[in-house]
Amino acid sequence: MTTPTTDLSPAPAERRSWLRDHSELGVCVLLLMLGVLVLTDALTMDVDIAQRGPVGPKTVPVVVGAGLLVVAALLAVDVVRGGRGQAETGEDVDLSEPADWRTVLLLTGVFLGSAVLIEPLGFPVAGALLFWGAAFALGSRRFDRDPLIAAVVSLVAYTVFNNLLGVPLPGGPLMGVL
Amino acid sequence: MNALTSLMDGFGTALTPINLLWAAIGVLLGTAIGVLPGIGPAMAVALLLPVTYGLDPIGAFIMFAGIYYGAMFGGSTTSILLNTPGESAAVVAAMEGNPMAKSGRGAQALAAAAIGHFAGGMIGTVLLVALAPAVAELAVDIGAPDYLAIMVLAFIAVTSVLGSSRIRGLASLLIGLTIGLVGLDQMTGQQRLTFGSLQLADGIDVVIVAVGLFAIGEALWVAAHLRRRPPEPIPVGRPWLGRDDVRRTWKSWARGPFIGFPFGAIPAGGAEIPTFLSYVTEKRLSKHKDEWGKGAIEGVAGPESAASASAAGTLVSMLTLGLPTTAVAAVMLAAFQQYGIQPGPLLFEREPDLVWGLIASLFVGMVLLLALNLPLAPVWAKLLHIPRPYLYAGILFFAAIGAYAVGGEVIDLVTLLIIGLIGFGMRRYGLPVLPAIIAVILGPAAEQQLRRALQISDGSVSGLVNTPFSVTVYAIIVLLLAWPLLKKVVTRRRAEH
Repeated sequence: MTTPTTDLSPAPAERRSWLRDHSELGVCVLLLMLGVLVLTDALTMDVDIAQRGPVGPKTVPVVVGAGLLVVAALLAVDVVRGGRGQAETGEDVDLSEPADWRTVLLLTGVFLGSAVLIEPLGFPVAGALLFWGAAFALGSRRFDRDPLIAAVVSLVAYTVFNNLLGVPLPGGPLMGVL
Repeated sequence: MNALTSLMDGFGTALTPINLLWAAIGVLLGTAIGVLPGIGPAMAVALLLPVTYGLDPIGAFIMFAGIYYGAMFGGSTTSILLNTPGESAAVVAAMEGNPMAKSGRGAQALAAAAIGHFAGGMIGTVLLVALAPAVAELAVDIGAPDYLAIMVLAFIAVTSVLGSSRIRGLASLLIGLTIGLVGLDQMTGQQRLTFGSLQLADGIDVVIVAVGLFAIGEALWVAAHLRRRPPEPIPVGRPWLGRDDVRRTWKSWARGPFIGFPFGAIPAGGAEIPTFLSYVTEKRLSKHKDEWGKGAIEGVAGPESAASASAAGTLVSMLTLGLPTTAVAAVMLAAFQQYGIQPGPLLFEREPDLVWGLIASLFVGMVLLLALNLPLAPVWAKLLHIPRPYLYAGILFFAAIGAYAVGGEVIDLVTLLIIGLIGFGMRRYGLPVLPAIIAVILGPAAEQQLRRALQISDGSVSGLVNTPFSVTVYAIIVLLLAWPLLKKVVTRRRAEH
């Protein structure tokens, strides 16, 4: 009845869905990598320079690194046994639909882009672009209202922080003109 | 008596026009933030941490305290009108408050909540005045081993009491400790986890970590799961209470604080447990049992009063021991560190102006909150209509200002984004954020106290447990750790009988 091809085909699909169900194992891998990183950094440390007291700068990193490895292992056991971390809920969070990765990527890009623009364009302009870009990424398409609100928010925030609270922000060429 | 004179001096500080202004700004901002979906008090205080670069400490802490109380009140408004509580402390407010609003008694529900907050905050702050100096005096000569014990207690408590999974809490704690390790070792100047980078040698600023985990992480998480149609709030008029309602609720207002205050002072998750306990208590004592679940006003009054008092309890632990028991307290502790002030028993001696000014401003803030919130409730309700793209774009925008203000460097924004992505992942996989932030703030201090204690005892481990105070604290820790086991044994015994 069964041919070799039909026998083989469900296997990769099954494996993929198993991995999707157990994607939390990725957290274990990250914790494991972090633990290895902390341990290597601690163990390759050069501590002949004047160590004061019986506990040097190595001890705590070694403990933390080892702890990370142990927790990675324990979490992996928990996940394989069927334990699941509960995704956080909130007023505006709808967990019934799959995650919208496009929006997250867009937001990340907008954020990095405006970060780069702060120095050449100044905070008011870069901040306004950040606000508008983020609102756009989140689905706002009011081209008459969005840029205006972004500009007002950015200018007011700049004035409050820079002039009233004494937190210096770069004004950029725009503030030079005004 | 001594506390009273200090408190009077405190009122002298709190009632200066400029500090009154900060209290009013804090209360208004806090309420607005509490009402806005998606922003909790911890995120609000984190986003405002950059003001510590420009403001004097007294003004800043008066504002932060106003935000804390204001946000708790605002959170309950959202639960009553929307039935989708954002802050865990406001879950209980929705259980009776939302049915009340649906049956046209929203104004009474809001009034019961507002007066409950006022009563709870007042009684809680009186308890704070009475207890805090005594606790500070008891703890005044605690040394390195005792400080270490308190910090270990904070670590263990936030990982094992809160959340559903201990192992995930522990993972979060270790992530935080790792972030805290980055930079130069404070005692030897040894570089740790810097990979030769000058930027990392300064360590990762706690402002960036707090803003990244709370603001960026939350904004990205919501963005990935944004509800297509935001829920519609129930329209409401000006809050008021009839005489019958007052007769039913005044006992609930008075009972709440005595449940809320002690739970705020211990690291047990802030207002979450006491609001629920208060709800259960009120339900048991109520003469109108048939109304429960359909809008019993006591079920709003008691828990809200307990929530507000728990905030006062939280301040006792933070001011006298430097022990943060909630996320807001942790972020406020970070603000203390920004000013180079170490909260703890000596704070009452070294910074009396600050401490008593802050405590007095709590009373002032409570009065402002009541005076503003009763008439302003319809305005607050309008905030629930804010288009979500603007709301979350605004969070990202202010997070960027906060991180940039730390050192005026673009690389800080990249660090902020990376920590935000960690926060996103933690929300996705149910790792609680609180242990991480407490570990970042207390981790480096705990290591220093550990090394100092061992230096004094010349490397002998007994130096960590040579005071009655530290032994007591470790005994509590052992109890906390053994609790699930004990519970299992007890339930098994019961099952056998």
